Amino acid sequence: MRKAQRVNDFVIKLANVNGTGSASANGLLMKSIFRMGVPVMGKNFFPSNIQGLPTWYEIRVSKDGHLARSGRVDIMVAMNAETYARDLAEVGAGGYLIYDSTWPRDNVLSRDDVTVLGVPLSRLCNEKFANARARILMKNVTYVGVLAALLDIDLEVIRVLLEETFASKQKLVSSNLDAISLGYHYARAHFDCPLPIRVEKINGTNNHVIIDGNTAAALGCIYAGATVAAWYPITPSTSLMDAFKGFCQAHRHDPETGRSHYCIVQSEDELAAIGMVLGASWNGARAFTSTSGPGISLMSEFLGFGYYAEIPAVIFDVQRVGPSTGMPTRTQQSDILACAYASHGDTRQVLLFPANPEECFYFAVKAFDLAEQLQTPVIVMSDLDIGMNDWMCPSLEWDDGYRPNRGKVLSAEELNEMETFHRYVDKDGDGIGYRTYPGDHPRGAYFVRGSGHDKYGAYTEDASAYQEVLDRLSVKWQTASKLIPEPIIESKAKIDWGIISIGSCDGAVREAIDQLEKQGVHLNYMRIRGFPFGDAVQRFLDKHDRLFVVEQNRDGQLKALLTMETVVAGNKLHSILHYNGLPIDSQCIVDGVAEQMKEGVAA
Amino acid sequence: MSYINKPKVHHPDLPKNALGLTERDYEGGMSTLCAGCGHDSITAALIQAFFELNISPHKVAKLSGIGCSSKTPAYFLGSAHGLNSVHGRMPSVATGANAANRDLYYVGVSGDGDSLSIGLGPFAHAVRRNLKMLYMIENNGVYGLTKGQFSASADVGTKAKKGEVNLQPPIDPVMLTLSLGGTFVARGFSGDKRQLVPLIKAGVMHNGFAMIDVLSPCVTFNDHEDSTKSYAHTRQFYHPAIHTDFIPPTDEILTSYEEGEVMPVELHDGSRILLRKINRDYDPTDRSAALSYIQAHQDQGEIITGLLYIDETKPDLHEISNTSEEPLAHIPYEKLSLGSKTLEAIQKSYR
Repeated sequence: MRKAQRVNDFVIKLANVNGTGSASANGLLMKSIFRMGVPVMGKNFFPSNIQGLPTWYEIRVSKDGHLARSGRVDIMVAMNAETYARDLAEVGAGGYLIYDSTWPRDNVLSRDDVTVLGVPLSRLCNEKFANARARILMKNVTYVGVLAALLDIDLEVIRVLLEETFASKQKLVSSNLDAISLGYHYARAHFDCPLPIRVEKINGTNNHVIIDGNTAAALGCIYAGATVAAWYPITPSTSLMDAFKGFCQAHRHDPETGRSHYCIVQSEDELAAIGMVLGASWNGARAFTSTSGPGISLMSEFLGFGYYAEIPAVIFDVQRVGPSTGMPTRTQQSDILACAYASHGDTRQVLLFPANPEECFYFAVKAFDLAEQLQTPVIVMSDLDIGMNDWMCPSLEWDDGYRPNRGKVLSAEELNEMETFHRYVDKDGDGIGYRTYPGDHPRGAYFVRGSGHDKYGAYTEDASAYQEVLDRLSVKWQTASKLIPEPIIESKAKIDWGIISIGSCDGAVREAIDQLEKQGVHLNYMRIRGFPFGDAVQRFLDKHDRLFVVEQNRDGQLKALLTMETVVAGNKLHSILHYNGLPIDSQCIVDGVAEQMKEGVAA
Repeated sequence: MSYINKPKVHHPDLPKNALGLTERDYEGGMSTLCAGCGHDSITAALIQAFFELNISPHKVAKLSGIGCSSKTPAYFLGSAHGLNSVHGRMPSVATGANAANRDLYYVGVSGDGDSLSIGLGPFAHAVRRNLKMLYMIENNGVYGLTKGQFSASADVGTKAKKGEVNLQPPIDPVMLTLSLGGTFVARGFSGDKRQLVPLIKAGVMHNGFAMIDVLSPCVTFNDHEDSTKSYAHTRQFYHPAIHTDFIPPTDEILTSYEEGEVMPVELHDGSRILLRKINRDYDPTDRSAALSYIQAHQDQGEIITGLLYIDETKPDLHEISNTSEEPLAHIPYEKLSLGSKTLEAIQKSYR
């Protein structure tokens, strides 16, 4: 029976053991397909472990550029005997499974509707390579060679990639090429190559890069001109600071003295990290921290101080699964409410919601500008899926004309001309006062405090003087709603149902909308990108009769925030929730809409 | 209102320092602490020290946490920026501030609750980083603003105003800082300004973290009989181990001392401190000897004071981080951005 051709539209999943060096082989496989011009997306499902536990890498190949998980696996490379049974079960009907046949498998572990291809990877590598570590590592590269034959991946593309990767280690280039060719020739000799599921060169990746959100955010911090960073290691945000440090070490030194134009402090805990960021920002540097949910909990007191004392700060919350320690290596969007109202008292925090690494880069820069314009902390709400997975994005672009917007800061010259200076007086009616930097001018001195203060900055317990400042902060909040990035709205006039979503749900929502469209269900789409919500969000809510709110948490936090912060009838909003820790897939949204429509009809 | 501006009327005959400023220019708002509070004497010592050091007040950044002690930065150097942060977290804010601008002088004022209980972690790590700042602990053994609970520095057997006896051993900031590798460890007494002012001056000029534990009796909650942090008790058991004289870079040493009696230490900016030892065997540059000397004397109920340990050679946070001489906050953006071409080059490896 001849199988249907599936060109440039399939999912490969690689089941590995943590710590065996599979990551670079899987990256090589994905990048080779990318270089053939075919859009790809990589998702890493890894354990909170250093060595030994199962780990998976999923590559979606999609000529249409769908970036979310599809919820289906077409080819499984089952390298982990421990998870073999469940890996086999996950393959879709008509799919393929490749395993290391050095030690034959029980016949029970096979399926009629899945083609099982055995390759004696261990035997091949043991014969070819002498070194014990190389035998383990090269097994991974060998299965890339097998896949190259099966999927018709251009060997020349692989060769160039290896030469670029190991430019300074020629020996590694040749051993890797040996392993590729080992697998490639074995597959050509034993299987009918290529498979009906295969890759074909197209022009779908021009001007695109493969990058993770944490690296992109770190680049954004570099380009925003951040000089002070303080942090405490926590998955999944650690790679953001690692990347920032790497870029700083490579690019941020005084050309004459070699001294650093940055200071990165690994603090004793997250409380200290945010304290350092506030201290540095108060003192005129652009400063930031990166953390995840548990860190946000610890930083909350200081975030309230930043709000009330009006000190800029940039915080990246790379969200992971909660509550409590939760699952550190799984993804969720479950810090929305904790961040929006972080700290006791009437406190509100400005939030930005990037949907992909590209937005991580631009929003990082935006976050510094907003924090200084608004003189308040800004939290960039990334998540593990965006932060740590490999995304295909348009190349990041930079406008060399950009200059930081430092907000309202009085220079020494301006202070010299003034009679008096008062920190919290609202001269411009936008709720934002003028700042001064310590050390610039004696007249600029003022006393920052988290205790009750009047508009002059002096301590107060006077009822109306206290309230005046609190009310002015509300005016500032209104100003903020005009400055944060507008939502992305895709709508047609005659559609009165819509989907609202946020952050990393974007790819899955878009694919779901396409699929629903084919089923005759038409939905408008709004992706919210910042908090406070602006007028555009309110208008979208007003225009639609029924709205599905898609988010990755159990309690419908975005929906709750919309209910509290806009004027909308609660029964108009219907949650579609995904919160098992895996990145959301399009199918769960399609199913969610269908289910709610059924309920709607029944009601 | 607990914040009152003092009128700025200067008597024409007030002495001026090298900057042409009088001591009044180093004052701040009116104190709202209790009459007789030790903290006010420390404030006065800070004013005198900065006046005598000829430092422009606006080149100083004052930081504090929460508590009676932490209110005091409002009472000195009115034309310096101040930041009254959250409880126990002043060292963190100071670390960030210092990272951003190494050109300012940093003065942190804290208390025994702020530094030894809620803020013990950040305090310890500021010591460990040798953050260049003067760190004053105004130590009275009680929580004043919440009305007299024991703090972590309360001695075993000391009695609270309401009669409760403390049975938990104290955390001694001097022993703690010494054991954490602190590079400037001193103890003073709010009632001895002559000793305290040179300690402050030396601490301001020290190249690293200068911790001064200042016994500062709480007249309202901890100045009774049976309290070991009262004026009377402190005066009775007070033992300076060493006298400190601060000599600015330009001044000559005029007094003559006997051989072996004086130990000069040169500070980073060229100023010197002369340590006059009461006990000839005491060596303030020998950490383990200092630890055992202080412990032995404290076991006998003595309160050992003075500049008890100094090491001027250890690198501070900036030297460890190799940051530029130019403060990070002052580096123009043009030197920080990498430009579009570099961004393009970086992304080559992402294709």
